[in-house]
Amino acid sequence: MIHFVLHDANDSVAVVVVEGVKAGMDLSGWIMDEDRTTRITAKQDIPIGHKVALRDMAVGDTVIKYGLDMGKVVAPIHAGEHAHVHNIKTKRW
Amino acid sequence: MAVIGKDTTFLGYRRENGRVGVRNHVIILPLDDLSNAAAEAVAHNIKGTMAIPHPYGRLQFGADLELHFRTLIGTGRNPNVAAVVVIGIEEGWTQKVVDGIKATGKPVCGFGIELHGDHDTIMRASKAAREYVQWASEKQRERCPISELWVSTKCGESDTTSGCGSNPSVGNAFDKLHALGNYLCFGETTEITGGEQIVAARCANDAVRERFMFMFNRYQEVIDRHKTSDLSDSQPTKGNIAGGLTTIEEKALGNIQKIGKKCTVDGVIDKAEMPTHPGLWFMDSSSAAAEMVTLCAASGYVVHFFPTGQGNVIGNPILPVIKLCANPRTVRTMSEHIDVDVTGLLQREMTLDQAGDKLLVCMLRTANGRLTAAEALGHREFVLTRLYESA
Repeated sequence: MIHFVLHDANDSVAVVVVEGVKAGMDLSGWIMDEDRTTRITAKQDIPIGHKVALRDMAVGDTVIKYGLDMGKVVAPIHAGEHAHVHNIKTKRW
Repeated sequence: MAVIGKDTTFLGYRRENGRVGVRNHVIILPLDDLSNAAAEAVAHNIKGTMAIPHPYGRLQFGADLELHFRTLIGTGRNPNVAAVVVIGIEEGWTQKVVDGIKATGKPVCGFGIELHGDHDTIMRASKAAREYVQWASEKQRERCPISELWVSTKCGESDTTSGCGSNPSVGNAFDKLHALGNYLCFGETTEITGGEQIVAARCANDAVRERFMFMFNRYQEVIDRHKTSDLSDSQPTKGNIAGGLTTIEEKALGNIQKIGKKCTVDGVIDKAEMPTHPGLWFMDSSSAAAEMVTLCAASGYVVHFFPTGQGNVIGNPILPVIKLCANPRTVRTMSEHIDVDVTGLLQREMTLDQAGDKLLVCMLRTANGRLTAAEALGHREFVLTRLYESA
């Protein structure tokens, strides 16, 4: 069972691809570009399609997805937490 | 074994100008908002014809009016259309649309309502529509090389599964079609924000790159003039955010997965313009689904790939819209809208190559005549892009 996928091994967030991810669950992930697996423990409930943080991030840090810049951190994020509009914002508008 | 190659064929309708369509519509096309009632009455009278009502066409001017004409004429010219009856409030602009379509050689005529009224216009137009639809009904499909299939793409109600699954599936199919010399198209200018350098790097040469960046920056100026935080929940949309997409950059990086890994961007067109040579074209366009798909149809594309995450239900009157989805919840809850299920990708049960092939098989079946989910459900969203206020 793949619980989450990421594009690039350097990504700081990954996408949950199954329903029912709850805090405390040990999650199995697939690094698509390298076709290998990784693991993380969810610290919060995360809906399907939403992102799990793969490492701790501080306010002002750049969030990496697809190996590229997808925005900035606006509230502290810990590995395993839900990463979305409450803690990440665009740099564009 | 590859599902398509240079010897692959499909069954299409070859039109008078040599282009190939995959549908055989006789359309009743209003020039303006005032002519919708008459157009719909004709389509009601004459079975097998289709009215394409819309809300515009009055007191537009300059580039906005040119786009209106280009879109209506392009819709009529599309090879999925066998013949056209145009109805307008007056005869001058009605004839302008007729003349634009007539250049293809297909049957077309126009009727003005002024000095006649709806009743007489509906009667005259119905007589023409009846002749056209009986003539069109005898047209036969013939074998055509796959390279004659013009394929466009645009995604909608995207979520994170779009960038991981359904968009790369389109990219894989586009890579294979590009190698065969097909005409391809993508666009959604604002939804490239954050990934514009990736598209620029994929441009075939400096002239294309300059034209692309000109279009990108032109649209950014419009956004900058009116912008609000996250464009008032329009970029990303409420649906995108509910689906887990957080920023425009993230959405854009997912969006551009649709142009695959190998395709070069070979040309740039303005809205509803017609591409002039094979390859992948960037069309400057809105990211609103129905606007963009309507523009693709007006540019002459005959099949459309539409990846969705949260479940956009869009169709088009003349352009078959093939929907694919990698989100298992959407495929479960909205199965009647999904033509190609690529959820297996995200469980490593399917390779990207297999997902692209699955889409291409559906493309060939659709081209040969199988109705898409959107066609079967009657989705005919026809939405004209406006550039500014009417006079």
